[in-house]
Amino acid sequence: MSSETAPIVQIRNVSKTYRRGSQAIKVLENISLDIKEGEFLALMGPSGSGKSTLLNLLAGIDSVDSGSVTIGGIDITKLSETDLAGWRAVNVGFIFQFYNLIPVLTAFGNVELPLVLTTLTKKERREHVEMALRVVGLADRMDHYPGQLSGGQQQRVAIARAVVTDPVILVADEPTGDLDRVSAAEILDLISRLNRELGKTIIMVTHDPRAAEKARIILHLDKGIFADVPS
Amino acid sequence: MYLLNLIFRNIFRHKLRTGLTILGITIAILSFGLLRTVIDAFYAGVEASSSTRLVTRNAISLIFPLPVSHKDKIRQIAGVQLVSWGNWFGGVYIDEKNFFPNFAVDPKSYLELYPEFVLPEDQKAAFFRDRKGFVAGRKLAAKYGWKPGDTVTLRGTIFPGQWDMVMRGIYKGRDHTVDESQFFFQWAYLNESIKKSAPLRSEQVGFYMIGVTNPSIAADVAANIDKAFKNSIAETLTETEKAFQMSWITMSEAIVIAIRLVSFVVIFIIMAVMANTMAMTARERIGEYAVFKTLGFGRWHIAGLIFGESLLISLIGCACGIALTFPAAKAFGAELSIFFPVFLVSDETIIMDISAAIVVGLIAGIFPTWRSIRIRIADGLRRIG
Ligand SMILES: Nc1ncnc2c1ncn2[C@@H]1O[C@H](COP(=O)(O)OP(=O)(O)O)[C@@H](O)[C@H]1O
Ligand SMILES: [Mg+2]
Repeated sequence: MSSETAPIVQIRNVSKTYRRGSQAIKVLENISLDIKEGEFLALMGPSGSGKSTLLNLLAGIDSVDSGSVTIGGIDITKLSETDLAGWRAVNVGFIFQFYNLIPVLTAFGNVELPLVLTTLTKKERREHVEMALRVVGLADRMDHYPGQLSGGQQQRVAIARAVVTDPVILVADEPTGDLDRVSAAEILDLISRLNRELGKTIIMVTHDPRAAEKARIILHLDKGIFADVPS
Repeated sequence: MYLLNLIFRNIFRHKLRTGLTILGITIAILSFGLLRTVIDAFYAGVEASSSTRLVTRNAISLIFPLPVSHKDKIRQIAGVQLVSWGNWFGGVYIDEKNFFPNFAVDPKSYLELYPEFVLPEDQKAAFFRDRKGFVAGRKLAAKYGWKPGDTVTLRGTIFPGQWDMVMRGIYKGRDHTVDESQFFFQWAYLNESIKKSAPLRSEQVGFYMIGVTNPSIAADVAANIDKAFKNSIAETLTETEKAFQMSWITMSEAIVIAIRLVSFVVIFIIMAVMANTMAMTARERIGEYAVFKTLGFGRWHIAGLIFGESLLISLIGCACGIALTFPAAKAFGAELSIFFPVFLVSDETIIMDISAAIVVGLIAGIFPTWRSIRIRIADGLRRIG
């Protein structure tokens, strides 16, 4: 069924070069990739191979040098900065390695953050936030500040923040990179449940093989090109 | 609402830093407010002066007198409604340090010309009746505990001798801008005494105060008065009361300019302190702002967070500074009442305080906002961890 519909993510001939002074670092070279809706993809590769860069490009927080990134039928490389911000707010959920929660806001406040940009009423926001926190199993920690939560719990709050807007794709950059083994396993379970039970399309960067195992597809990036051809 | 809540929480993240910055602004606004009030106090006489009053004095210098006979000629000039006259007496009460302005004036016309000196009718009548009577302002009377009926002796400096006078009234200012520390007695008493001791100095006045029918003709009337005495042995110089008061300030203009300058320097310094605080704050939060941007918040939101915080800090400091300015001005004014009979925090000073705080808050927010907006999200996120 999903094979008949167009892929939700279409990356075409994307290149990216960073310039540091007079030195040009070619990070991505002519990358193309399709991701189907409901997919769970793990991006692996050595440090500095361009994983985060690729993830940032398809999440619309960095811009390509050439090529196109089409998500849900929209070529985001053509959007203005303002339109792109609006697009991200609706379409992408972000999970970072270091959780990136706002320390002065409670778990509730952090999860509410992306909803502030929507037209939802306060009551509707509350319902969404409580729902999201229930999904990640932290309904009872709503009033806790990030500093009062363990790393694993903080990452779960971050996951709740990522899913609360019901985005088209979820991107995760080394979501277990800063966690102990037990917490990491819990987070991975949670992420794969989001994929299996809620049908979320997930693109996850990791260099932990155990994490990658949970994904349905594993891609290896090396020096800016895919080491294996996606099937 | 949500962002406002966030701004409030952000402010108290570094309690010490925020607290010290607020303290700095409080002190700056307090100093600024007091300095502005000192400047206002310099101009209090000018502010209180009426645009329908003229002052006529000897064209050579204020210390040369004019014959009292000029008054009849002045009265005949078109536009002149009322003529009063007087002398700066320069008397000392007990000790030199008890300084207050004291004048010998023609009582009826003088009080008529100065409706801002409010006196009960019975006291007025008693003052007019008693040749040796005097009237003092409420502040002055309170300072020395004088009551109507008390005898007060001034030692003359310009007009030597011990001058006994009886208090006949206490005037109140019509509003709070009126100097309530003046002392008037009857010019006739002065003149009669001089006639006996130094006849050549009698029948002379230090100044004429002239009421004109309409402020728009004041300049013309002044010119006509001076024209009338042109080439006489006592030529006159007539100007509006405002101009006359201004000429006093002109003498201390350098001081006023210096005070004004210092008041702005204070604001400038606090601006630098505040800008530094905000730059530090925003630098620490570059990663956080990147998260906001990642989630779809735009430059206006970031600007709102930074400017909001900056303005809130400066306005809290401003509010504390203003709250302290009033008691400080009161204490200051009591201490300096000799130099500044009217020492009041004006509405303009408060408006300038608030404007200064807003300008400080805005300027301090510019650079951090510009930086935070400009930085690419991917670079901002890299700052975390
Ligand atoms: N903003 C940047 N400026 C310069 N070089 C960068 C920038 N971002 C990434 N790079 C470089 O690009 C390469 C790939 O980075 P990244 O995508 O973060 O790798 P990975 O996530 O696979 O470890 C690295 O060599 C990194 O130093
Ligand atoms: Mg990376």
